Amino acid sequence: MNMPVLQTSIAASAPIESTGASVVSLPTVKPSYLTTRIVPKLKNAAANVLPPIIMLALILGVWQLLCMKPGATLPAPTKIWAEAKDLILDPFFVAGPQDIGLGWRVLVSLQRVAIGYGLAGIIGIMLGTIIGQSVWAMRGLDPIFQVLRTISPLAWLPISLAAFRDSQPSAIFVIFITSVWPIIINTAVGIRNIPQDYRNVAAVVRLNHLEFFWKIMIPSAAPYIFTGLRIGIGLSWLAIVAAEMLTGGVGIGFFIWDAWNSSRLSDIVVALVYIGMIGFILDRIVAFVANIVTRGTAAS
Amino acid sequence: MTAYLKLDHIDKVFTRGNSSTEVLKDINLTVDKGEYISIIGHSGCGKSTLLNIVAGLTTATQGGVLLENREVNEPGPDRAVVFQNHSLLPWLTVYDNVKLGVDKVFARTKSRAERDEWVLYNLNLVQMTHAKDKRPSEISGGMKQRVGIARALAMEPKVLLLDEPFGALDALTRAHLQDSVMALHQKLGNTIMMITHDVDEAVLLSDRIVMMTNGPSARIGEVLDVPLARPRKRLELASNATYLKCRQRVLEFLYERHRFVEAA
Ligand SMILES: Nc1ncnc2c1ncn2[C@@H]1O[C@H](COP(=O)(O)OP(=O)(O)O)[C@@H](O)[C@H]1O
Ligand SMILES: [Mg+2]
Repeated sequence: MNMPVLQTSIAASAPIESTGASVVSLPTVKPSYLTTRIVPKLKNAAANVLPPIIMLALILGVWQLLCMKPGATLPAPTKIWAEAKDLILDPFFVAGPQDIGLGWRVLVSLQRVAIGYGLAGIIGIMLGTIIGQSVWAMRGLDPIFQVLRTISPLAWLPISLAAFRDSQPSAIFVIFITSVWPIIINTAVGIRNIPQDYRNVAAVVRLNHLEFFWKIMIPSAAPYIFTGLRIGIGLSWLAIVAAEMLTGGVGIGFFIWDAWNSSRLSDIVVALVYIGMIGFILDRIVAFVANIVTRGTAAS
Repeated sequence: MTAYLKLDHIDKVFTRGNSSTEVLKDINLTVDKGEYISIIGHSGCGKSTLLNIVAGLTTATQGGVLLENREVNEPGPDRAVVFQNHSLLPWLTVYDNVKLGVDKVFARTKSRAERDEWVLYNLNLVQMTHAKDKRPSEISGGMKQRVGIARALAMEPKVLLLDEPFGALDALTRAHLQDSVMALHQKLGNTIMMITHDVDEAVLLSDRIVMMTNGPSARIGEVLDVPLARPRKRLELASNATYLKCRQRVLEFLYERHRFVEAA
């Protein structure tokens, strides 16, 4: 926050040094750059980065201690490093049709999620908009959605397979059906909560239905819609393992299933870390987009 | 002679479930073109309801509103409203908030460049050109209200409706804005209907003051002419006999004859 101010004060002081012969206190200016800019920055970075690193080291240490014993059922970090070094160090190697880096596998999975989540986003917002306009639709459907939303992705698998009889659309359907509910519900609530004031403005200006939809409804409900989208992206990434049990192939979800079947526990742990990090990044991306799109709307 | 704006035997009953309250009872009023009318009354008596009926945002249970001899029963830009809480759209800039109405009203009669010019002209009228690219959350309450006024003026309404436009502002900002509205009225000659609960504001700005009795079933209790020459200067009026007499009259109406009963 105060960085630009400091910058200008430094910039302003520079020409004085060169032109004014009467400036004496030159030595006191010099170290100030280091102490006022670099040091606080480092301190700030340390305060944010150090605690998670320390905690991570602690967890790894405890894990190591617990799993070092000869009869341990799970691999210790050192063992994982030894067994799955190639997976950890190079995400993008290609050593055969089924032997590729986890980066490639994640990309394949992301493609599937993109389709399932994309559909969930479009259909969820559309349905939510329609439902949000009718008190009765809201009353009738909300409890049903609240129940459906709690069903695990795994539980949708058989239904999905029975309906589509093909693994690829089934997998996408599982991702879709897992993530669509919060998008519908939040959009509907957002539409319901459009302030009467905005409706009055639209009425006085005489916006038609389409203009009202694009110029009032969507922007006004945007914070709600993005809450739904953010929950949705988390859920669709959660569904990937379940979805890819169906499809086989090279996705990260199937990789876990496959590694389990051939008892490569270390590989599974590495894949879990990948899934966690990608999920985190996806969440941040949606949050970032939400921040840009809804700028100003929330603070009214 | 026929009136410019005519409220004709308006009743309003709100029905909720099987209980109904009569808020307004037999409201009759005629407003001339270019006139500045204030409606004053205690909180909850039905002032906003009346204004909303004129705006077309609420429908009267009985009676109707005539504007230039034509009945109006739905909202439209010919009766633009400045809302008490500004009601600017927070996701649009100041410029775009004004533009929203301009684009609709002058879609066919003005070119794109003319509309842009018209938006800027109206922002300039309320001295808000400097903030045209800001969002409502970035400007003060008084500025928001100015933009609200510009948005309404830019639609070239036949009647400008103001619902306690200065109610939420501090005294200094309010005085400043009152002066602005007075100057705009002088310059543009709009017909204005303003709701207020501030006696000084009503006397300072209005040609006529409509005093409403307490609800339920509020009626027009009295209509007071304010025979003060324009332009009016707030400081000079402070000791003007006519001003003081009008003020006294409204105060008497509100605080003696129609005292606000808390239990009601
Ligand atoms: N939509 C509504 N439904 C039922 N009652 C309402 C509604 N709007 C206003 N009222 C009632 O009508 C009365 C007048 O309200 P309002 O016109 O807002 O008063 P004022 O603006 O004078 O303070 C109040 O008692 C209020 O409770
Ligand atoms: Mg009111």
